[in-house]
Amino acid sequence: MQNEAIDVLRMFQQGDLDAFESLFRMHQRAVYLWILRIVRNPATAEELTVETFWRIYRAHARFEPVCGFEGWARRIATRAALDWLRSTRTENALSVELVTDPAGPARADPAISAEIRQKTASAFQRLAPKLRIAAVLAVVEEQPHKEIAEALGISVAAVKLRVFRALRLLRKDLEQQGIRP
Amino acid sequence: MNTNDDDRIKELLQQALPPVSDKQEPSTDLWPAMLRRLDARPAQSISGWAWFDCALLAGVLGAAALFPTAIPVLLYYL
Repeated sequence: MQNEAIDVLRMFQQGDLDAFESLFRMHQRAVYLWILRIVRNPATAEELTVETFWRIYRAHARFEPVCGFEGWARRIATRAALDWLRSTRTENALSVELVTDPAGPARADPAISAEIRQKTASAFQRLAPKLRIAAVLAVVEEQPHKEIAEALGISVAAVKLRVFRALRLLRKDLEQQGIRP
Repeated sequence: MNTNDDDRIKELLQQALPPVSDKQEPSTDLWPAMLRRLDARPAQSISGWAWFDCALLAGVLGAAALFPTAIPVLLYYL
């Protein structure tokens, strides 16, 4: 079974389209979910999933089967999501669906008004994309720092620093709007 | 910022941006879109460097040599 998996990875490395399809079908959901956690918009996440796999296929010759596919795909997905956040920094709006009607657990605190939630989301959107990615994955999605570090190609300490800076800037922005967290 | 402040801002952020459910999936099979993408832009190995890449690298190295104090700023934005 494991030999089969290694064979698929080796065939993909040589540019085999069937092997690529197998890997696509095996990993598309995980890649989609990872991207959705960053961009928070289902339609955009689907587009970026295709973009990610296109980049993956394009780089097949550089793939090292011994290093595994998942982590490599996640790094490329993170880069694609970061490129998107940078290119649409001023115009993209966080999906209203995901901001106000969580597909995840419903745990809205009645003490926090919808207006404050919206202002927080807007302030978060004004942060630099690389800070946003670290903060959303670490604080909101509660992903392990090690996974985030690997996906971003930085150290765990750098992830913690980015999260700290993101929270500090967010707090400052909210205070300027008259909200004392 | 103390730990309480930190926890409070984290809570606010979690309220503003609820976590994505693990059950989320693409609305359709993305493989047909993938095939269209592959047909539209045939994949090529990207091992070779285009002349523009080389020119850009030369420009960055030149700028770094002329303005070494700009290197930390450049690294920050990478």
